[in-house]
Formats: sequence, C-alpha cells, structure tokens
Amino acid sequence: MQDKKMLRLSIVAPILQLIILGYAASFDVSNIPMVVCDFDHSPSSRELIRSLTSTEYFTAVRYCDKTSEIDAQLDDGHASVAVVIPDGFEKDLGSGKTTPVQFIADGTETSSASIGLNYAYLIISRYSQRVVLESLIKRGSVMMPATISAEFRVWYNPELKSRNFMVPGVLGLLLMVMTMILTSLAIVKEKELGTLEQIVVTPIRPYQLIIGKLTPFFLIGIVDVVLVVFFATFIFSLPVKGSVLLLFFLCLIFLMTTLGLGLFISTISRTQQQAMMTAIFFFMLPMIFFSGFVFPIENMPKIIQYVSYLIPLRYFFVVVRGLFLKGVGLDILWPQAAAMLVFGIAILSMSVLRFQKRLG
Amino acid sequence: MAALNIMPIVRKEFRQIKRDKRILGVLLFIPAMMLFMFGYALNFDVKHTRLAVYDEEQSRLSREFIQLFFNSEYFDYVRTLQSKSEINELLDGEHVRAVLVVPSTFSKDLQKGRSTSIQVIVDGANSNAAATVLGYINAIIQQYSLKVMSQSFMRLGKQQITLPIDFEPRIWYNPELKSAKFLVPGLIAFILMVTAVVSTALSVVRERELGTMEQIMVSPIKPIEVILGKTIPYTAISLVATVMILVLGYILFDISIKGSVLLLSMVTFFFLVGGLGMGLLISTLVETQQLAFMIAVFVSMLPTFILSGFVFPIRNMPLIIQGITYLLPARYFLVALRAIILKGAGLSAFWDQAIVLCLYTVVMIGISSLRMRKILM
Repeated sequence: MQDKKMLRLSIVAPILQLIILGYAASFDVSNIPMVVCDFDHSPSSRELIRSLTSTEYFTAVRYCDKTSEIDAQLDDGHASVAVVIPDGFEKDLGSGKTTPVQFIADGTETSSASIGLNYAYLIISRYSQRVVLESLIKRGSVMMPATISAEFRVWYNPELKSRNFMVPGVLGLLLMVMTMILTSLAIVKEKELGTLEQIVVTPIRPYQLIIGKLTPFFLIGIVDVVLVVFFATFIFSLPVKGSVLLLFFLCLIFLMTTLGLGLFISTISRTQQQAMMTAIFFFMLPMIFFSGFVFPIENMPKIIQYVSYLIPLRYFFVVVRGLFLKGVGLDILWPQAAAMLVFGIAILSMSVLRFQKRLG
Repeated sequence: MAALNIMPIVRKEFRQIKRDKRILGVLLFIPAMMLFMFGYALNFDVKHTRLAVYDEEQSRLSREFIQLFFNSEYFDYVRTLQSKSEINELLDGEHVRAVLVVPSTFSKDLQKGRSTSIQVIVDGANSNAAATVLGYINAIIQQYSLKVMSQSFMRLGKQQITLPIDFEPRIWYNPELKSAKFLVPGLIAFILMVTAVVSTALSVVRERELGTMEQIMVSPIKPIEVILGKTIPYTAISLVATVMILVLGYILFDISIKGSVLLLSMVTFFFLVGGLGMGLLISTLVETQQLAFMIAVFVSMLPTFILSGFVFPIRNMPLIIQGITYLLPARYFLVALRAIILKGAGLSAFWDQAIVLCLYTVVMIGISSLRMRKILM
C-alpha cells in the first residue's frame, strides 16, 4: 500500500478503538446516584437507608427535606433514583402495620432503571424479612419460619466484568472494519482512478488479480487478531482459555467471509464514497446490530431472529466468546465453524464470479 | 455576500446527491430503519432468557416453584435436565443462559420449617445480562420465600404476618420503560453528527481529489459562499431526517416532545452547525476521500456511538474515559435532548450543557473558516 498514512491508521486505529471500547462499553450498573427523602429520621429509617447505600448499587448524593427537590434532581440528571420514607415509619413497624416506602426511578435510562428497581426491591424486601424475623424472636417465638435463599454460581466470568464480554466482541468488529471495508475501498479506488483497466489488459489471470488484491487485507486481518490477543492477554488480563490455534483457524474462516463481502461490495459500487456508505450503513451496521453483540437476539421478533442466522458475525461472536471465556473446543463450536465456512465459500464464489464478469 | 453566488454551489451539491441516490438513501432511509430497529428489535431488556431446570426432587411443590419462573416473559423454558452432567454442555454451547437446580430435600425442608437453598448457575459471559438475570431470579425467589414464610407461620397457628414494608415503585418520564424512549434522542444525535461531519468532509475533499477545487478558487466566489453552498444541502437533509425521526418516534413509540420545541430547535441547530464546522475542519486537513472518511468516522461516528451516552451510560465508565467524553459535543447535546424531549425540562436543567455546546460550535466554525479561507485564497 502506497499511502503511508493509511497504513499507520489501519494499525493505530484498531488499537485505540479496542482500548476505548474495552474500557468504556459497560452496562455494569453500580453507584446509582440516589436522593434520600427521610421524613421519619428514626434509627429504623436510617438503617433502611444504610442497607441501600452500603451496597455498591446505590450512592446517596443528596438528602432532602421536600419531595419537590426530587423533581429538580431527576430533571437535570444529578440523581437517577430517589427513596421516600414517610413520617411514622418506625412507629408502624413496631405496631405491626404496613408502611409504604416509595422508590422513584428515572425511566429515561431504561436498563439502569429496571436494574435499580430490582435491586431496591430485593434490598427492601430482605429488610422486611429481617424485621419480621426479629419481631418473632422478640415475641419469644421458638419456631422460625423457613426461608428460601439462592446460591449463585457464575461461570466463565465470575466477577461479571463486562470488559470480558466486550473485548472478544471488539475483535469481530475490528476484523470486519479492517478487512471488509478497506478491501472494498481499495478495489473501488482502482476502478475510480482507472488503474483497474490497465491491469486487465496485462496477461494476469482474474483469479491471480483477486488473490493479489485480497492478500494485503488478509494479512492485516491476521495482524489484527495477533494484536487483539496480545492486548487482551497482557493488558486486559483476559487470556484465551481455549486453544489459540483453534482461534486463529476460526478467525481465518471468518476472514473468508469478510473479504468475500468486501469484494462483493466493490462489485456493486462505482465510487469510493458509494463503497464506504454501502459497506458501513448497509452491511456493517446491520451486522453489528443483529449479531447479538450489543443487543440480545432473544429480544428480537422471530423474523429478525431468522435473519440473524445469515450473519457470519453472529457465529463468530459465539466462537470468540467460547474460546476466550469458556475454553471450549471444536466439539462444541463445530456448528458455528461450519456455518461460517459455508457462508464464506458462498460469498467468495459469488463475488469472484461477479468480479470476473465485470472485468470480462 | 451574494445569494446568487451560493445558489449554483447548492444546486451542484444537490445534483451530486441526486446522481448518487445512495447518499440520500443513507441520510433518510437509514435513520428510519434504525428507529424501527431500536423500537422493535434492539433493546437491552433482559427478557426471554433461556432457562433450564434440574429438579432433583420432582414433587408437586418443586414443580409449583419452578412454574413461577415461567409465568412471565422474563424466562423461556428450554429443558428439564435428567442429570447434572448436562449442565456443562448446555452452558458451554450457549443453549441456555442459566440453570436452576432444585434440591432433593426441597419440600421436606419447607414442611419441617427448615431453610433451603436453590442453586443457580449463570453464564457470566455477557455480564450485563447475567447481572440482570441474577437480579430477576433473586427477586422471584425472595417473593416466594416471603410467601412460604407467612404460610408456615399461619400453619403454626399464629395469625397471618403482614409484610411490614409496602414497596411502591414509581417510574418517571418513561413509565413503561420503553427502550425506544431512551435510544431515540441518542439516535438523533448520532444521525446528525454522522451526516454533518462525514458528508461535509467528503464533499469538500472530493473536489480537492478530483482537482475541481482550482476551478472554484479562480472564480469570483468568496470562501464563505463556498462554505455555505457546500453545507446548506446537507444541513437541510439532516434536519429533514431529524424531523422524520421525531415524527416516526411519535407515531410508533408515543414519544412526544414534552418540552419546548423552540428550545429543541435552537439546541439542535447549534449542534448541527458545530458538526458541520468539524466536517469542514477535517476536509482542510486531508487530501483523499478515503482518509477524510476514516478520520470523520473515528472522530464523529464511533465516539458518538460509544462514548456520548447514546448506548452506554457515561456514569459507569472509568474516570479517564469519562474525561474524554467531556470533549464530545454529542455528550452535551444528548443531555439537553433527553431533558427536553423526555423530561419536559426547561433551560434551567441543562444550561451548563447548552453553554458548552455554544462554545464548541463557535470555536469549530472559527477554526474551520480560518483554514478554509487559507485554502481557497
């Protein structure tokens, strides 16, 4: 590649993207800023508040005396939730009456809101349970009622670090950007500048031309894989649990699909701008959205779920997650490998045929 | 500055756009498609989680307990396991996201008043989904625990226990927690940013690459007229796209602008102009369309998608990254957008964001017009 700037960009850019996405892209919900409106000011109300704020889920940012203050805090986003404890809270608890505790959530950040509500419900109902058990003990009850608890085991990612989910996913994105988009751009650029015709009149065979055009980007893809594995292992503390060799092999199959798509896009675009727009908006974005990376596939309407089976990225994510986080082997991943292989062969053959037709 | 001089450039730009219908498609069709996608298919709600069950006891009580999980749309029943060894395969191959194990002493423990525990194994690879699933399962088990507690208490002959605390949740601004409402303002910011920066950068650089820039330089057109001529068409199209998103958002997802439309227009205008300025600035720095595009994408589209608060909440990012987000105009625009559209708030809620936005726009336009003038002179 002649353009030195492009070369530098295609190496620096992935690294930068990877680092930023790995650190920034997080859905982990913690330290939700909370407004506390305690109208009771009793030891019991303070204990309830402490049971909420002592967890990593909520951080009290303001203690208020008027419920109108909640409006202002939620409106400008200084707080995302608020808890309101009414006057008479402790008294009601003591006399066995039910007392209402209001929990307000800013619904604009939907995932934080639903998770926050869930945690609040959990913490407050645990507090409820504790109150009941304590009052039973106080009344001298000998028989303790049975309770059910849950014992959780989290596999593959015990600390629930979203980074561990994002980093493998970013590999798929990077490969797609670097190989699919750059391939289509490079080929179309020659079409635009007219140098493609010059090559056609030489005795070079079409398939040699194609291989020649695709090889640099294939190599870039391999370099990207190496870089990502390196960064993941040494900087993000996310080593490949499975076989690195298998990872490379499956990445190669995935590269077949992206290079094939890049070639295909170059056959349907006349200008570089067209190629860029098509590659990004009509191929890459839909593939990212429907591959299950950011948005779960289970939530999509059935029709779209079927469409997602056509997206090689979907299988690649399963592969990457499996190899990085779960340490599984080909015995589990063979369906994904097969699907990508089929897709890769199909799109490559189709694009090569189209390409040859255009040249001929 | 003669309007007559601007018109030919505007017309040429429109002709360029019409000749290559794909640009128009991208600018108008893609936003609509993204809106559809976000409204119907793409959301973060953790529903239809695939759940398998290993019931060691298989009693009436245990089956009743298990049924609780599948009464709502939060969990989809996949399979009842015959042995513990199946758990590995199911989780390794991503066939289920979680497995419930009900112990063989479940109903015996409960009848004797002994506490018992349910083992839950969760695939932690997608940490967000895993944390949410844990929370849901916990809540369901907690609810059942309270019910069991009050039942066993009643059986001991005492009166019914009343739950001391009545948990009253209230969700503001978006009571049904529709993901679309969260994503639509971000979508507007994203579309505007991409259109403004990318198309402006490309349109100027294209002339430089093809060599037609010299023709413009020798003509009597003033630099400011070139700038206006080149940016007006894309401004118009992105404003049309924005209105379209808002209208579609209203029709499909009931998203009405709770606040002042005037305020919305002003804030949008400033953001758009700032984006155009950035596009122009980029076009003065590079010479090929390829580079212009890459830089435009890396500086506008990706940061806006990842760092502006569009998809991922800023609050949860590491502090260094949060620092970087302060450099993004989209971050401030998004706060203002959400405040106006979803919360119906006035300028008082986001005046600090508005000031930064204005500053950014002025600076961008200033730098880019200086550089443009140098190039065109």
